[in-house]
Amino acid sequence: MLPLIGILIVILGFAFRLNALLVVTVAGLATGLASGQSLHDVIAAFGHAFVESRYVAIVWLVLPVIGVVERSGLKERARDVIGQIRAATAGRVLLVYLALRQITSALGLVSLGGHAQMVRPLVAPMAEGAAEHAHGPLAESTRERIKAMSAAADNVGMFFGEDVFVAIGSILLIRGFLEQNGIIVEPLHLARWAIPTAIVAFVIHGTRLLLLDRRLRRESLEAAVDLAEQQAQPSARDGASA
Amino acid sequence: MIRLESIYLLMGLMLAGIAIVNFRDMRSHMPVRNTVFWALYAVIFLFGSHLSDFTNGMLVLLMVLTASRGLATSSRDASTPDARAESAARWGNRLFVPVLVVPVATFLGSLLLGRVVIGGTALVDPKQVTQVALGLATVLALITALVMLRPPIFAPITEARRLMDSVGWAAVLPQALAALGALFAAAGVGKIIAELATTYLPLGTPVAAVTAYAVGMALFTIIMGNAFAAFPVMTAGIGLPLVVQQYHGDVVVVTAIGMLSGFCGTLMTPMAANFNIVPAALLELRDRYGVIKAQVPTALMLLAANIVLLAYFAFPR
Repeated sequence: MLPLIGILIVILGFAFRLNALLVVTVAGLATGLASGQSLHDVIAAFGHAFVESRYVAIVWLVLPVIGVVERSGLKERARDVIGQIRAATAGRVLLVYLALRQITSALGLVSLGGHAQMVRPLVAPMAEGAAEHAHGPLAESTRERIKAMSAAADNVGMFFGEDVFVAIGSILLIRGFLEQNGIIVEPLHLARWAIPTAIVAFVIHGTRLLLLDRRLRRESLEAAVDLAEQQAQPSARDGASA
Repeated sequence: MIRLESIYLLMGLMLAGIAIVNFRDMRSHMPVRNTVFWALYAVIFLFGSHLSDFTNGMLVLLMVLTASRGLATSSRDASTPDARAESAARWGNRLFVPVLVVPVATFLGSLLLGRVVIGGTALVDPKQVTQVALGLATVLALITALVMLRPPIFAPITEARRLMDSVGWAAVLPQALAALGALFAAAGVGKIIAELATTYLPLGTPVAAVTAYAVGMALFTIIMGNAFAAFPVMTAGIGLPLVVQQYHGDVVVVTAIGMLSGFCGTLMTPMAANFNIVPAALLELRDRYGVIKAQVPTALMLLAANIVLLAYFAFPR
């Protein structure tokens, strides 16, 4: 039971919104120490695993490109382009991206998306631009929600698209694990049984994206009513004092 | 042969550049910890493969301590909104070209690079081809952007600094979590959880067993941050012995949808930092958990749907 102290530290750390990097490191050290390793060995194990997983950080090499093009007005252009399409709304833009992300992932083209490559430079500015075009200037909280939903569309699309592709890591992991247990299965059969969940995922998340549009419309109406009331009140008061 | 090590060298150089820009800005407003943090990270990319595990571990600990007070963000935008609007109007849709080079070249590279053989040796290590392709694609995209837009010579690195500082220590979190996962595995955390799950979860009927399996996959993924870590543990603990062997569930349906139930967990956990925390930083959300909050309703509904699918399709009638 003692090694579970790491999990406890992580849960408490995230719940109290402490610096996550610090929490994760402390949890790692505590787990290692609780399982009876020396401090030296635990630090070495942490360093080894950290260096071995450097490949997850390669995506940051895209930042100089994005930065240079943003400097030349990439986000502004993304907003203008979407503003020219009259039917575009934030929800519909994200719905199209969700569909594209899911279909391309199902064909094994997982690398065609991603938060640094696509969401930050293109998808989020387009969704914001569509919302601005439809509803005028956005409140900061609305902008946050649209950005968060942009990242969510990328995740949901990829997670529930990629398993339909036979050669993806998770399918190979399932097959390998079952093989170790003496059960031989066809990757194609596993991939086929990812399809029902993929469809349900698209329906659920797609519906939520269309509901996002309704919510944005309601919020912009309420904001307009508030504004009208604010403008009406001073004149009413003037009338009373007169 | 192009190995990951060459791409790590590029990463190291970029991080060193970011550290230098931060160092040069120290006089004006940037605190020293930004410089130290990115410089240490650069060392890990440039020399990590040649240093001892313990030295690397100490470097990581130093990084974590440096970042424990948070990193500062560089507030200055090098470009003005007016200049950007003017440039956007001038370049039009051509601005999308360098950005789209990244996914297209990554895809083509991962498809083709593994097959190129020069003088009997493969150009790229086949096992690392996706990551190498991504690294090379970013270089190609940067060259495209530089030739097209002709920005000042230091713009790529100062712009990379602006974005990297806004992401801050979250950029390192996925690697730290991978390291945590390794320590969890070495300490046998997975086995302990599986024992607890099989001891305390209600497993008396087929439907209860698939529910426990799907929910267990999601919960364990939330803890580990990765469905791949949860899958062997939960499937060996509940999926195979109970659902498949005792209740005669279809092994293909059970494991395929079981994995996807784990993915529902991935949508809800800060432990899956590269999907949930990094984008929040990258999109400069004020709420670090904003992306997770946007995903929880979808994840819960989809988990419920998975349980229904399992209960309906896993047991032949």
